[in-house]
Amino acid sequence: MSENDTEGFVVFDRVQKSYDGETLVVKDLNLSIARGEFLTMLGPSGSGKTTCLMMLAGFETATHGEILLGGRPINNIPPHKRGIGMVFQNYALFPHMSVGENLSFPLEVRGFGRSEREQKIARALDMVQMGAFANRRPAQLSGGQQQRIALARALVFEPELVLMDEPLGALDKQLREHMQFEITRLAHNLGITTVYVTHDQTEALTMSDNVAVFDDGRIQQLAPPDVLYEEPQNSFVAQFIGENNTLDGVIKEIHGDVALVELDNGEIIDARPVNVTRAGERTRVSIRPERVEANKERLHPDAHTIRAEVLEFIYMGDVFRTRLEVAGNENFIMKSRNAPDQVRHKPGSTIEVGWLPKDCRALDMPS
Amino acid sequence: MAQADAGAAFEDAQTDSSGRLTTADGTPLRAALRRAERRRKVAAFLLVVPLLAFILTFFVFPIAQMMWRSVDNPQVVRALPNTLEALRDWDGRELPGEEVFAALHADFVVDSERPRREQAMGPLGIRLNYELSAARSAISRTARSAPGFEAPYRDAFVSSHRLWGQPELWRIIKREGRPLTASYYVAALDRQYDEDGSVIMRDENRRIYVSLFVRTIMLSVAITFLTFLLGFPIAYYLSILPMRHASLLMICVLLPFWTSLLVRTSAWIVLLQQQGVINSTLVAIGLLDDANRIQMIYNMTGTIIAMTHILLPFMVLPLYSVMRTIPPSYMRAAKSLGATPFTAFRRVYFPQTLPGIGAGGVLVFIISIGYYITPALVGGQSGRMISNEIARHMQQSLNWGLAAALGTMLLVGVLALYWLYNRLVGADSLKLG
Repeated sequence: MSENDTEGFVVFDRVQKSYDGETLVVKDLNLSIARGEFLTMLGPSGSGKTTCLMMLAGFETATHGEILLGGRPINNIPPHKRGIGMVFQNYALFPHMSVGENLSFPLEVRGFGRSEREQKIARALDMVQMGAFANRRPAQLSGGQQQRIALARALVFEPELVLMDEPLGALDKQLREHMQFEITRLAHNLGITTVYVTHDQTEALTMSDNVAVFDDGRIQQLAPPDVLYEEPQNSFVAQFIGENNTLDGVIKEIHGDVALVELDNGEIIDARPVNVTRAGERTRVSIRPERVEANKERLHPDAHTIRAEVLEFIYMGDVFRTRLEVAGNENFIMKSRNAPDQVRHKPGSTIEVGWLPKDCRALDMPS
Repeated sequence: MAQADAGAAFEDAQTDSSGRLTTADGTPLRAALRRAERRRKVAAFLLVVPLLAFILTFFVFPIAQMMWRSVDNPQVVRALPNTLEALRDWDGRELPGEEVFAALHADFVVDSERPRREQAMGPLGIRLNYELSAARSAISRTARSAPGFEAPYRDAFVSSHRLWGQPELWRIIKREGRPLTASYYVAALDRQYDEDGSVIMRDENRRIYVSLFVRTIMLSVAITFLTFLLGFPIAYYLSILPMRHASLLMICVLLPFWTSLLVRTSAWIVLLQQQGVINSTLVAIGLLDDANRIQMIYNMTGTIIAMTHILLPFMVLPLYSVMRTIPPSYMRAAKSLGATPFTAFRRVYFPQTLPGIGAGGVLVFIISIGYYITPALVGGQSGRMISNEIARHMQQSLNWGLAAALGTMLLVGVLALYWLYNRLVGADSLKLG
């Protein structure tokens, strides 16, 4: 992260933040965001992601460390001089101004002339397909329309960096998915750098170039969505992103990229060591449900198999979801695609399931 | 399965011959529902009946009566029916003729035969005295001897009191010889009738009420503005504090509500009087010469200071309740859009507090325009307000008609203001928390 400091457009350099002077909300944050990148800060509430965004916007000051924007330290620059566009969680459209006046506001305070303002407003409204709404009041718009206006207002003064604080939180599912797509499209078309905060992992995975997973004031992992999902670096990330099966055990030995893990019920399996280093260490092994396979014909020859008892079978249309008991874990989920040859397992039956050792990641045991 | 259930339920629904929905016993469902609704309304009405009765008896009725009193004028009609009849053709210039005085004599005779409690000459004297000083003594002195007068009555009356010889008294009797009068309002507006019966301004030195109304309005405006000036920052501070601290501070704001008026006023006297704390301190630290102690109480300053203090909560509470609902993200949004903190405040925050300012302003103004006790206690002469004058007419001069006229004008003014406010802002924003 810190090795490409020099080329980062936004750089957090050993940033810390404490509100009460006793506990750190943000602990030693190092992050570099390239120009034009769409970065999502993902994490549970209280993980420090919003604080980071607020420090970048200038509404909170870092108690330690430096934040750089375009190579310039901005710690002492007040928010209104940073030139960063921001979309707020509840849109924060000014209720006493019409849509047009809302968009005009950032241009007026920047001293743009009337004709130039109108031109930019029209362009920004067209960009979000709201051209006909300039004279409406925000209260007369639906949630999705308000969201578009908030977006247009944050973009109308052509900032190089836009921050979004859970902007889709208040929308229903369908609209949210539509807006996810539109925001990414806009951000890429305009080539602006975007920092997006959310606690919704689907949103993070579908929209971002890079996702920074926050927990406990630290970035747990910073990676593109596919890497994040397939190669989680620790138990928190594995658990937080997507669905995840875990088996607890102890490392017996590690040879290169293979670790022998003795599960708590005595069974021994192969796994890929990720952040375990020595034999004898407690580990939590993580396997994605869709990488578990019960169909012998589809199973790779290298796959490790294990006995499982079927506890529950749930028909979900496109997939089958089978809850198994595996090595003492009664919440072991297997997801299989609804294919013609797919077996619907009866609860109570005992089957053999397997997975590739590389899909089985030996991670740290959370305390 | 679900579909089948729905079909069965539909068949179960009771309908009468024409296909309308009915209840199980056959009454139309519409009527049954309406009856249930009516019963609920009656129950709701019964709940508010006691308060409604109370308000009607002790609020609406007295106000209506007060407004009636400002135009009610029975005294002359009742005491001098014959005289009024005889005066009908009088031109109002010269002294009326003998036949009028004969009628006057007849009225006095009729009145003297009434039981004492029903005699009409006493009230008549009081009534005429409002219009012409000394009229009361003319009536009462004449009332004793009049039944014994012999013709020619005119000389007898004029010799019993000189006022009977003045056409002005007769003009007043003729003018007020109607059951309704506008003369209280004429007086309340510092005007009077001239010889032709048209309304003119009173003499310069006898004009009181218009300037008092103006002063009352000016004082109320000043007090409203001061409460706004003092209340706005504190309401803003309260609104950004965490709830726990805010309620503690709110108690301090509400203290004037909870302190006895007399205690508060005594405190103001102790502080503000010429030998009081503030003056003595200023003298002691040498800022003020002992001979030039500032007069801060028993004048307009006293009224303004004390009333600003008392009415501050009425400004702070509506402001606070409005500010509380303005999310901090608006200010942040404005700043992130490039506005300086001042511009963000002026263009984004302040406009959103306007309903609160309106509500607080109207509340404080309406309360202060009719405020009585504080100006009476610390106002002195220059800090008096119109309500003090109303009270004086109620309690000392006993000119209830004039008091009622002044009160009605005040009431109408306040209602007009409220109407204006409702048109501009909407009365539903007038709330206290």
